[in-house]
Amino acid sequence: MERFAELLDRLVLTPSRNGKLRLLIDYFRTEPDPNRGWGLAGLTGGLDFPAIKPALLRTLAMERLDPVLFAYSYDYVGDLAETVSLVWPTGQSRRNSTPSLDEVVHRLMAASRSDAPAVMSELLDELTPSGRYAVIKLATGGLRVGVSARLTKQALADFGNVPVEEIEELWHGLAPPFTELFRWLEGQGPRPASAALAPFRPVMLSNAIGENDFASLDPADYAAEWKWDGIRVQVVSEKGVRRLYSRTGDDISGAFPDLVEHMNFEGVIDGELLVGNPRERTGTFADLQKRLNRKTVSKALLREAPVFVRCYDLLVAGDEDLRALPWAERRTRLEAFVAALPPNRFDLSPLVPYGSWEELNRLRCNPPHPVIEGVMLKRRDSAYLAGRPKGPWFKWKRDPHTVDAVLMYAQRGHGKRSSFYSDFTFGVWTGPEDDPVLMPVGKAYFGFTDEELRQLDKYVRDNTIERFGPVRSVRADLNHGLVLEIAFEGLNRSTRHKSGVAMRFPRISRLRWDKPPHEADRLETLERLLQDELGS
Amino acid sequence: MHYLDGMAEPRSLLRLRPEGLWCPEGDFYIDPIRPVPRALITHGHSDHARSGHGSVLATRETLDIMAIRYGGSFAGSTEEARLGEARTIGGVTVTFHPAGHVLGSAQIAIEKHGARIVASGDYKRERDPTCAPFEVVPCDIFITEATFGLPVFCHPPAAEEIRRLLDSMRQFPERTHIVGAYALGKAQRLIALAREAGYTETIYLHGALIRLCDYYRSRGIDLGPLEPATSENAPPAGALVIAPPSAVDDRWSRRFADPLASFASGWMRIRQRAKQRGVELPLIISDHSDWNDLTATIRETGAEEVWVTHGREEALVRWCELNGIRARPLHLAGYEDEAE
Repeated sequence: MERFAELLDRLVLTPSRNGKLRLLIDYFRTEPDPNRGWGLAGLTGGLDFPAIKPALLRTLAMERLDPVLFAYSYDYVGDLAETVSLVWPTGQSRRNSTPSLDEVVHRLMAASRSDAPAVMSELLDELTPSGRYAVIKLATGGLRVGVSARLTKQALADFGNVPVEEIEELWHGLAPPFTELFRWLEGQGPRPASAALAPFRPVMLSNAIGENDFASLDPADYAAEWKWDGIRVQVVSEKGVRRLYSRTGDDISGAFPDLVEHMNFEGVIDGELLVGNPRERTGTFADLQKRLNRKTVSKALLREAPVFVRCYDLLVAGDEDLRALPWAERRTRLEAFVAALPPNRFDLSPLVPYGSWEELNRLRCNPPHPVIEGVMLKRRDSAYLAGRPKGPWFKWKRDPHTVDAVLMYAQRGHGKRSSFYSDFTFGVWTGPEDDPVLMPVGKAYFGFTDEELRQLDKYVRDNTIERFGPVRSVRADLNHGLVLEIAFEGLNRSTRHKSGVAMRFPRISRLRWDKPPHEADRLETLERLLQDELGS
Repeated sequence: MHYLDGMAEPRSLLRLRPEGLWCPEGDFYIDPIRPVPRALITHGHSDHARSGHGSVLATRETLDIMAIRYGGSFAGSTEEARLGEARTIGGVTVTFHPAGHVLGSAQIAIEKHGARIVASGDYKRERDPTCAPFEVVPCDIFITEATFGLPVFCHPPAAEEIRRLLDSMRQFPERTHIVGAYALGKAQRLIALAREAGYTETIYLHGALIRLCDYYRSRGIDLGPLEPATSENAPPAGALVIAPPSAVDDRWSRRFADPLASFASGWMRIRQRAKQRGVELPLIISDHSDWNDLTATIRETGAEEVWVTHGREEALVRWCELNGIRARPLHLAGYEDEAE
C-alpha cells in the first residue's frame, strides 16, 4: 500500500506528462503482482467500495481526537481525507509491517456496511500517514491525481512496448488485478483473448493538414466531409450487447440511455455524438456538455437535450469486418446501413463535393452550419487503421477566432517553467467608452515560443504592481500595458466567470508589442460572437 | 500554587518586555528582538540571534555562526557558554543544555532556590548527525516553541525522505535535483543524511550556503565532496544541488538541466503547501519537533506550567489544558510582533 501511496503523492505533484509516464512505468516494473494490478484498477477507476462513506471517516477521527484540536487541524489543512490521515494516532498497530495493496483491497471488498468502521479503523492504524490518505481516497472513490485512464493505458503500452490501441482494444475484456495483461506485457505469456462482448475497436485518427501537404495531394484521391463539433464515438451493437465508447475506449453507455435504446442493429459505427434531432436541429458543443460526465440522466434532460449520432464510417456490419475495405466501399455500405436506422437518432455525415483545394478552402471558411469546425479529408482507397497513420486522413480546421486582450496577471509555471511567469490571465475592456475597466476573460499558458516566454517573463517582472503568493498583478491601463492576441476555438456561456463567457482552448497567438492597450477589444465583441454561436 | 519558604516563584524568573524575555534578577534577555545590554542567545538563526547587543553569551558555535553572518563586531563583547556548565548571573544560576536544533543550539535553564525555568529556543528530538542531541531538563516551567504545533504535523523518519530523494534521482537521471533548504542547519543535515544513505557524488551548493558548510566541516562534521554551483561551474545533468528555498524557483535555477524542484521542510507535510510552491518532490525533513515530540517533551520535562511561543500556540495550549498542565501563549503578553 505504501508504494502505491507514494506513487499517488508523486503523480499529483509531477506536472509533465512524460514525468507521470515515467513514474507509472517504474511502478509497473518494480511492484509485484497482484499489487500493481490493483494499483492500475485504482488509477483507471475500476474499484468501488460502496460500504465506505466519507462521513464515516470524520466520525472515526472524532472518536480519537479532541474536537477542538480536530477543528484546528481541519481548518489548517482544508481537506478532510488529508486531515484524518495526519491526525490519526500512530503506534496503534501490533503488526511490524504495513499491509500490501492486495490485502487492503481484499479487506475493503469484504467490508459490509456494518463492519466498515472496524475495517477502516484497523487499516488506518496499520498504515503511515501517506498510506492512510491513499486508502481513504481509494475507499471513498476519486484519487484525483491528474492522471487520466488514457494516460495510464499509454504507460502500460510503453511498459510493454505495444501500441496503446492494443491496450484499448483489450481493455473491456480484462478485470483487476490484470495478472494476464502484465504477463503478456512482460513477454511471459500470450496476449489475453478479447473476452468482452461488443468490444471497442481502436479508432482511426487524422493528422492536421499542413500548408506544404497540398502540393503533393490530388483532390481526386480524397473525399471531404464536414468535421462536426461534438465528441467522436464508436457505437457497438453485437449479439444483443450495446455499448457506446468514447474515442479512447471508455464505455459511456450509461450516460446515454436514450441512444442505447435505439441501437437496434448488428454492427459497429464510427460517428460524432451531437445534441438535437438530425432532421431539425444540431446543438452546439455547449449543449452537449450538459450530457457529458454524468452517472445518471434526468428525464427532463433527456427531453431537453436528446443525443444522436452523425455517422462517419462502418467498421462491422452483421458479423462482417469491413475495416480492411477501401473507404469508398465502406462509405457505400454505410449509406445503406444508416438508411435503415431510426432517423431521429442516426444520420449520415454528408460529403462535401469539391473540385480543387481552393474551392474546398472557400467552403471550409463559410460552413453551412455553426457546429462545423472544419473539414475532414479521407483517401478514397484507405483502409480503417488503428491510431494516427500519416497520409490517409487529414483534418483541416476552421481558422480560430482571435481577440486582442490585455495582460493582467501572471503566475509562475511548474516543472521546467517554475522560474518563469508562464500562466497569463488577460482581460478585455468593459464599462463606459470613456472610462473603461479591464474584465478578465481567460487564462493561457501556451502558444508562445521559448524566446517569447523569456520576453513575457521579463515584462512581468519589470511591470509588477502587486504580488499575491505566486501571482503577480501587472500594470495594465489605457496607455500602459501589453496586448496579447488570443486565439480560441469557441465561446461558452459561463456562470462561474464574472465576464459571463468562457473560451475554449485559448492560447497566445501573437505578442502585440506595437498595439496600445486602449485599442484592445471590448467585452461586447465576445458577447456578439457568443450570440452568433448560440443564435443559429 | 504554594512555594516553600526560600523557594523562588518560578514565574518571577522571566518576564516579557518589548525586547523579549527578560530575567529581572540577572538583568539579561533571551533571544531579544532589539539591541539590549546583555543577551543570552539559544542558536544562530537570524530571528533569534541579532546583532548589536552590548554583550552576548552563547555556545562557541553560536558565537562563530553570528560572526560569520554579521561580521566579527556583531556585539560589544562575547562570552562562550559551555554546555552543562552552571554560572551565576546576578541572583540566578544559568546553564546551557543542547537543543538538537542546529549546530550549537542550546536550551537555557534559569534557576533560583530550587525553582527552574527552561527556555528551549527551537528544538527537535529526531536524530541529527550534525548536532548534539536534545537533553531533557526537568523544570517547573517549560517554554516551548510551537512551529509545528498542530496534530497534523508528524514528521516521518528523515532517512525515509532521503530514500525518496535518491529514488527520484534514479528515476529522473537527466534532471538536476534542486533541494531548497535553509542555509543554517537544514542544508548541512540534508548533506550529512545523503552521505549516510550512501550518496558519494559531489553535491553542489548555492553561494549562500558555502561559508556555513565550511564552518560545519571545520567543526569535524563530514559533508563529503562539495562544489559551488556557479554558471561557470555548472553541475552535470542529474546532479544534486542545495540552495536556499527562495532560489529554487527563481531565475538562479535556470542554469541547470531541466531542474526538478524539491524542498526540505516540515511544511511539506501539507500537500497544498507543496502544490502552491510548485514543489515536485516535497521532503518532510524538519529541524523542529513535530506534534508528538512537542507533547512528549512537555511530559518528560515534568513542567507544571508551559509557555508556548512562535507558532500555533492555541492547539498546544489546548492539549496542555486537556492533560492538566497549565499553559499560556506568550504572544498574549506582548510577543505579537515577534518575527518568525
